[in-house]
Amino acid sequence: MADEILVRASGLVKVHPMGGVRAVDGIDFELRKGEAFGFLGPNGAGKSSTMRMIGCVSTPSAGELRIFGLDPATDGARIRARLGVVPQEDTVDTELTVRENLYIYGRYFGLSRARIRERTAGLLEFAQLEDKASEQVGALSGGMRRRLTIARSLINEPEILLLDEPTTGLDPQARHVLWDRLFRLKQEGVTLILTTHYMDEAEQLCDRLVVMDRGRIADEGSPRELIERHSTREVLELRFPPGEQAIRAEKVTDIAERLEVLPDRVLLYVEDGEAALAAVHARGVTPITALVRRATLEDVFLTLTGRTLVD
Amino acid sequence: MGDTLAWRSFSYWMRRYRHTWRGTIVISVANPFLFLLAMGAGLGGLVDQNHSAYLHGIPYLDFFAPGLLAAAAMQTAVTESARPVHTAGQPSGSYRAAAATPLRPDDIFAGHLLFIAFRIAISAAAFVLVMALFGIPGSALLLVPAALLTGLAFAVPIAAWAVGVDRPAKLNAFFRFVVMPLYMFSGTFFPTSQLPAWLRPVVELSPLWHGVALCRTIALGTGTPYVHVVYLAVLAALGVLAGRRRYRRHLHA
Repeated sequence: MADEILVRASGLVKVHPMGGVRAVDGIDFELRKGEAFGFLGPNGAGKSSTMRMIGCVSTPSAGELRIFGLDPATDGARIRARLGVVPQEDTVDTELTVRENLYIYGRYFGLSRARIRERTAGLLEFAQLEDKASEQVGALSGGMRRRLTIARSLINEPEILLLDEPTTGLDPQARHVLWDRLFRLKQEGVTLILTTHYMDEAEQLCDRLVVMDRGRIADEGSPRELIERHSTREVLELRFPPGEQAIRAEKVTDIAERLEVLPDRVLLYVEDGEAALAAVHARGVTPITALVRRATLEDVFLTLTGRTLVD
Repeated sequence: MGDTLAWRSFSYWMRRYRHTWRGTIVISVANPFLFLLAMGAGLGGLVDQNHSAYLHGIPYLDFFAPGLLAAAAMQTAVTESARPVHTAGQPSGSYRAAAATPLRPDDIFAGHLLFIAFRIAISAAAFVLVMALFGIPGSALLLVPAALLTGLAFAVPIAAWAVGVDRPAKLNAFFRFVVMPLYMFSGTFFPTSQLPAWLRPVVELSPLWHGVALCRTIALGTGTPYVHVVYLAVLAALGVLAGRRRYRRHLHA
């Protein structure tokens, strides 16, 4: 059943008891089996709060949430038994070995020793940690710990894997290794939900995503659809001397379909970047640097919210 | 029992303990040994020369040892419950890992308490063993449970508090301003009848004073232990009620 709905939220709200902040302010979404679904948004958009509610460690303040058709308020433990969770901060035990961490987690899910041993071999291979199996986790690099956290979350063969900012804080090389692993899971048909504030991550991994801003959903679709809906095909980025972005932008406004003035550069949304740049030069406007690129989710976010993703 | 959810949480703490148990056993034996040697042979000799009427003719070491047993149980309880619970409740702590699985906050709390009780009990057992080596009277069968109860009267409320503490500095302050004074003034080293009259009622409200009185009553066979047992058990029970609420609120915010 390709269209089986695993998670359904309607009017979901989370008000944090401390301070009364409406972290999630009435959102609706559906997650279908086998898809990779993303929440894209800046810090504080309500992504993690949403993830914690799906993970059944946070009670919704209002609205309806169903996971596997069950209600987290009454069936939290049963739902959690079928989920895999990779939290934003690694919660692996640094004083135990890699193997022990997997063992303990397997025990939490009530797996037998034999079953855990069986799963461990495959998971160590998946996380590329075979030769680190007997090492204390405290001695591992950040990227390795992250891979262990992911391997650990798979011990119960979860039907949904929740990843909260899986690559935040990792160096570029470690990120690529991780993306490769996650892509493999996707190919194997694991249903993924992930949050990110990296648009390249969302574009690489997500079949479908929602753009979140200040607790609300700004729009929803595949990365391609969102870009087509909210941006032109190409973007021309012009950089002028500090403080002059707005004045210079005025002279080229009509060249672009839409124009955004950022503190350090001007973005021109156009169909043909090179042609637009030629038009800019023809007007006698000379930027310090000019760059033509394809539109990304960053542009979608900027259009939808008027703000950049990573401040 | 073998596979209840709380037991899985207990197994986690036992697995960690596998890495450190040797060191803790050495401390559990060496500590009382050195203390009883210094106080018994050293200070005790001096006290006993004066045949202190306050001790009713009991040798100082026999008076002191059960009191120190209670104080040591408190120390183990505080060490095992304050910082470990606080650390485990942090965003990167082990409670968070467990909370994402079928374990509920109640199970996480119960499993950790089980481990803390285990630690208090084996430390007390080691202590009683050393007491026996010194020829100090007291039945191990009764003293170990008495010390365990004393420890739990501290550990359970402390765990309930520590899980939601925002700054570790508060734990240090608790050590310095609550645990240390209790240790000094709860009748471990000298009878509280030595204290000024106005201070005595305050001291006799402290759980350690009841723990010391309980262990001493049992060791020396004087008086009745029931008031102390009830006092300590109520404290532990209140800790359980508070802890269940606080763990739920903190781990399932």
